[in-house]
Amino acid sequence: MNRLSTLVKSSSSDLLVLLGVVAILSILPVALNPFLLSVATGVLIFALAAIGWNVLSGFAGQFSFGHAAFFGLGAYTVAILLTKYSVSPWLGLVVGGLVGAAFGLVVGWVSFRFGLKGAYFALATFAVAEMLRITFNNLDYLGAGIGITIPLVYGDDWVRMQFSNTREIHYWLILGLLAVAVVATIAIKRSRIGSYMFAVREDEDAAAALGINPLKTKLVAMSISGFITAVAGGYFTLFFLFIDPDVVFGAVVSVAILLRPIVGGMGTIWGPVIGAAVLSLLGELTRSLVRDPPAFLSFIEGANGLDQVLFGLILVVMIIRAPDGILGWFRRRRKQAQT
Amino acid sequence: MGRKLTSDTTVNETTQGRSRAWVWTVLAIVAFVLGIFLVQSGWWDSNHSVFAQAVVSGLLIGGVYGLVAMGLSLVFGVLDIINFAHGALMTIGIYASYLLFQEYGVDPYISLLITVPLLFVVGMGIQHFAINPVMTAPVHNQLLLTLGIAIMIENILLVVFTGTPRSIELPYARESFDLGFVTLDFPLKVFGAVVSMPKLIAFVMAIVLALVLYVLIQRTWLGSAIRASAQQPEGAELVGIDINRIYMITFGIGAAAAGAAGTLVMPFLFVSPTAGATFNIIAFVVVVLGGMGSVPGALVGGLIIGLTQEMSQIFVSGSSKFLSVFVVFILVLLFRPQGIFGKAHR
Repeated sequence: MNRLSTLVKSSSSDLLVLLGVVAILSILPVALNPFLLSVATGVLIFALAAIGWNVLSGFAGQFSFGHAAFFGLGAYTVAILLTKYSVSPWLGLVVGGLVGAAFGLVVGWVSFRFGLKGAYFALATFAVAEMLRITFNNLDYLGAGIGITIPLVYGDDWVRMQFSNTREIHYWLILGLLAVAVVATIAIKRSRIGSYMFAVREDEDAAAALGINPLKTKLVAMSISGFITAVAGGYFTLFFLFIDPDVVFGAVVSVAILLRPIVGGMGTIWGPVIGAAVLSLLGELTRSLVRDPPAFLSFIEGANGLDQVLFGLILVVMIIRAPDGILGWFRRRRKQAQT
Repeated sequence: MGRKLTSDTTVNETTQGRSRAWVWTVLAIVAFVLGIFLVQSGWWDSNHSVFAQAVVSGLLIGGVYGLVAMGLSLVFGVLDIINFAHGALMTIGIYASYLLFQEYGVDPYISLLITVPLLFVVGMGIQHFAINPVMTAPVHNQLLLTLGIAIMIENILLVVFTGTPRSIELPYARESFDLGFVTLDFPLKVFGAVVSMPKLIAFVMAIVLALVLYVLIQRTWLGSAIRASAQQPEGAELVGIDINRIYMITFGIGAAAAGAAGTLVMPFLFVSPTAGATFNIIAFVVVVLGGMGSVPGALVGGLIIGLTQEMSQIFVSGSSKFLSVFVVFILVLLFRPQGIFGKAHR
C-alpha cells in the first residue's frame, strides 16, 4: 500500500494527464460520425500495440522490427478460441496476451542467449514475424490464406463482445484497455525493473557490472511487451471481425506499430499515444486532400498513392528535423528557451 | 554492431580455419549420406530433372540476389545503415530500363549504361540530402529514414505508372547463337533443365559486375579510402580523406548496383512499383549470410539463398519458398552472425 501511494505521488502529473486525456477521449464519440468513430477505434488499437512495443524497444532498448508476430498471435488466439471453441473473447484476450508473452519469452530467450542486439535483433524479429505469416498462410486448420471471419450475432452480445448498433461500446472498451496499459507503463517506469530496463538500454555491460541481470531484464520487457501487443491484436479481431495472415502478421503491421512511438517519442509514457494520434490525423488529412483537393491542386485528385508519397516525405523530414520524436522536440525547445 | 570490411589481414586465423573446416566436414558428410539415401530409394531416378531444374534456377536467381546484396552490403558495412530503400532503388532501375525499352527501343542490356550512372547520382543525392544529416543518429532512425524514402519512391512510381504489372518480351530471347565451337539454342537445355536467355545473361552480368566491384574495392585508391572510412572513420579523416564524399560515393555505388540488378531482372519479371521490395528482404538475408561489407560473401550468400529457395520447393511441397530462406537466416543470425566471410566480432 505504501509503495502504491509513493507511486501515485511520484507520478501524479502523468496520472493527472491520463485522467484528462481519458475524460476528453471518452466524450469524443458524441462528436464523431460512425466512420470517424471506427477510424478512432482503430487508432486506439494501434496505440495499444505501440505501447507494448515501447516497453521492449523504448524502455529496454531492444529494437523490434517484428511486433506483428505478437499482434497476429493475439488476433489468431482470440479468433480461434471464439470460432472453434466458443470461448468468450473476454477470456480470449487474456489467453491471447499470455500466448504473446510466452512467445516473447521463447524468442527473447533464444535471441538474447545468442547475444543478438541492435540491427541483428531487429532483423531476427522481422524474420520471425515473416515466418509466422508464411506458416499461418499454409495451415489449413487456421484458415490458411483465406483467414478467419467471426460470425455475426444479432443484437448486443456481451459474452461474444459484439455490439451491432453501438460501436461506441468498442471504443470505450479499448479506451479503457489503453488507460490500463498507460498506468502499467507508468508503474513499470517508476519500478525497480523499469530502472533496470533503462540501465540495460543505456549500457548493458555497465548494468551487468552493477549486478543487474541483463538477460532477465530483457526477458521481462519482452514478455510484457508481447502481452500488451497481443491484447491489441486480439482486439483487432473483435473490432474488424476478419483476419488473415497478411493483415495481422504483415511487415506493414510491424512498421505501423513501431512508427507510432518513434514519431511520438520513444521510451516516453505518452509517445506511443501522441504518435498514434498524429500519424492517423496526418493519414486522414493527406487522404482527404487527395480525394478532394483545393482548386489550385485539382490535378492531384484521385492520384492513387500520392497520400503515401506525402506520408513518406513527412516521415523523412521528421527523422531529420525531430529525430527524438514530437515529445523530444518539445523538450529540446523548452531547454533552448531556458538558456 | 561491428564496422568492418574484408581486407587481407585476418584475426585468429588458426581458430577460424579450424572451425570452418569443421563446418565443411559436417556439411560434406550430410550431403554424402543424403545423396546415398536418395539414390538408393529410387528418388533420384524419378526426380533428377526436377532436381537439375532447381539447381539451375537457384544458381541463376542466386547470382542476381548476390548483385542486389552487394550494394546493400557495401552500404551496411561502410555507413552502418540498414537501407530499406535499396529495393526501391532497384525498382527505379527496373522502370528506367522498361521505359527506355518501350518508348525508345533501347536494348535492356545497353540501358545499363544509363541506369547505372542514373542510380549512382540518385544514391549520392539521397546520401547527401537525407542520410548525411542523421549519420550519428541511432540505428533505428536511419532505418526509418530509408523506409520513408522507400515509401516515397514506390508511391511516386505508383502515381506515375499506376499499379498495373507490365512485362516485356526480349525480341531475341528465342534465337540461336553460333559461337563457332558451339551453337546456343535458346531456351537452353542443360541436364534436362531449361535455361532462359534473360536469366542466363542476368547471372553472367551479375558475376562480371561482382568482379568489377571487388577490384574497385580491393585494388584502387578509392577502394582503400572506402575501406579506411569503414574501419576507422576518424583515422581516415586524419589522413586527409573527405569522409562525407566517400560516404556519398559509397551510397552511390550501392544504389548503382541495385539499379544494375533492376535492369538485369526487368526482362523476366513483372514490372510493378513493389517489384524490388521482395529482393530487398532477400538481400538482407544474403548480407548477413555473406558477412557485412564483403563482396565475395554477398555473391556466395546469394547463390546459397537462391539454391535454398529453389531446392526447398522439391522437398517441402506446398510451403512458400521464403520460409526456408528465413529459417536459414535465423540460424545464421544465431550461430554465425558475422557471416561466412566475416571475421568474428561482437
